[in-house]
Amino acid sequence: MDEPVRIDCQNVEVWYGSKQALHGISIRIPSNRVTALIGPSGCGKSTFLRCLNRMNDLVPGARTRGSILLDGEDILSPATDVVDLRRRVGMVFQRWNPFPKSVFDNVAYGPRIHGIRDKARLAEIVEDALRKASLWDEVKDRLRSSALELSGGQQQRLCIARALAVEPEVLLMDEPASALDPISTARLEDLIGELKERYTIVIVTHNMQQAARVSDYTGFFYMGRLVEYDRTQTIFTSPAQEQTEAYITGRFG
Amino acid sequence: MRDSIPVTRRRFRAGERLMEGVLALCGYTSVLVLAGIFVLLLWQGARAFREVPLWEFLTTARWDPTSPEGARYGIGSMVASTFLVTLGAMAFTVPLGIGVAAYLSEFAPARVREVLKPAVEMLAAIPSVVVGFIGIVVVGPAIARLFGLPNGLTALNGAVLLTVMALPTAVSLSEDALRAVPRDHRLASLALGANPWETLVKVTLPAAAPGILAAMMLAMGRAIGETMTVLMATGNAPAFPSGFLSPVRTMTATIAIELGEVPHGTAHYFALFAVGFALFVISFVVNWVADWFIRRGRRAR
Repeated sequence: MDEPVRIDCQNVEVWYGSKQALHGISIRIPSNRVTALIGPSGCGKSTFLRCLNRMNDLVPGARTRGSILLDGEDILSPATDVVDLRRRVGMVFQRWNPFPKSVFDNVAYGPRIHGIRDKARLAEIVEDALRKASLWDEVKDRLRSSALELSGGQQQRLCIARALAVEPEVLLMDEPASALDPISTARLEDLIGELKERYTIVIVTHNMQQAARVSDYTGFFYMGRLVEYDRTQTIFTSPAQEQTEAYITGRFG
Repeated sequence: MRDSIPVTRRRFRAGERLMEGVLALCGYTSVLVLAGIFVLLLWQGARAFREVPLWEFLTTARWDPTSPEGARYGIGSMVASTFLVTLGAMAFTVPLGIGVAAYLSEFAPARVREVLKPAVEMLAAIPSVVVGFIGIVVVGPAIARLFGLPNGLTALNGAVLLTVMALPTAVSLSEDALRAVPRDHRLASLALGANPWETLVKVTLPAAAPGILAAMMLAMGRAIGETMTVLMATGNAPAFPSGFLSPVRTMTATIAIELGEVPHGTAHYFALFAVGFALFVISFVVNWVADWFIRRGRRAR
């Protein structure tokens, strides 16, 4: 890879109890690019995504082996401060999940957790995060109303703003558009394009057209293995592996 | 052939209507019982006020229906006693109930939870007379020793015992409310770098607050209405309580003690119904508030 690498994974393996979910995943995720992870359900792409901010720690009986270097530092090491890791590696979930609080309090939640009390500073952070998530103009007059009154697409962008408010370096997205309507999905995809200037983005998606549209690199997962990883253009036009071709042409999946 | 189909369907409809009627009757029975109790208490209780001024009943504290110098019917002391014992019980139940519920839903391993939750719920199966007995032989003497009292049968004793009885409701329903908070909220909080404690205090508990409040109100309803335990373990002193360490006699205890011995048709007899009616109103308000919180919680979700 001829680009600066943000996350360097070597031989990552995950077990849930006695069942191995990931087999020897080695992948280098470039800085300020969108990397899409595709593959059929249960192929391990979401499991891999959750390794990158150690959310798998929360699954009882889950074990992770191998090494994942974020800016040269092994995040799988027991010495890693998980709180700090999750501040640096933000996450957006499949189902938008704003807290039952106001728009403002949703975005301010992370900064407050990390000790920012000053009101003017918080207001600044919230506005900045909402602007980056291209939601500011729609909600600037209703910062105090409940986040649950926003539309689905707005709620998902609010969740992105909430993740951005702690100033992460990497943004993980787990099928962020799978429950959105086409118009909201298009907005979200535009937003992802804008965000990669500042952030390294890893997105899991079921939707191959989406992967083709938004990503620079694509990894194809199958049965817990990384079958192929290359530039998105290469994956979708001339994949090296037969399995990859079969999947992207819709012969299985 | 064509004709037979509507006929079957009509017969089916008739059966369905019958079933609906039977089920509706079951539903309305509880409303009828409620209305019946309400009317009985109101009708019997109101007759007391032919002899006892309503104002005296509500605003004075001395309850002495058998006094030779003229009967007194003030419910102040027993209302104060009921509130003292109930609020004392809630002062223990609320923090303890939330603590146990939070541990069960957020921190306990599945196996511990499977044992602990039924165990807490089993507390509700202890007959109240047994709890009262424990109050007389164990908790009361302990309170007496702790505070240097001649007698441990006090409002505090009642509060401790009512906590045991209100806790199953408080824990079980609070735990349900906490578990009803979507897991996604917890994940979102943890993914932002919050630790489990911050997640509990800042996300899960606020989201579950309406349900927890409802749980506490229902637990309080249980405490207000409890009779046998407080009758046995709080000392039965029909005087205005001076604090948690004084013996008290609650509204429920008064009715239970006096109604068996009072001659029918006297002012005393009807006054006890009026006390019952007052108790009914208090319980009704508490349950209504609980219900209001439950409905509000549902709307917010």
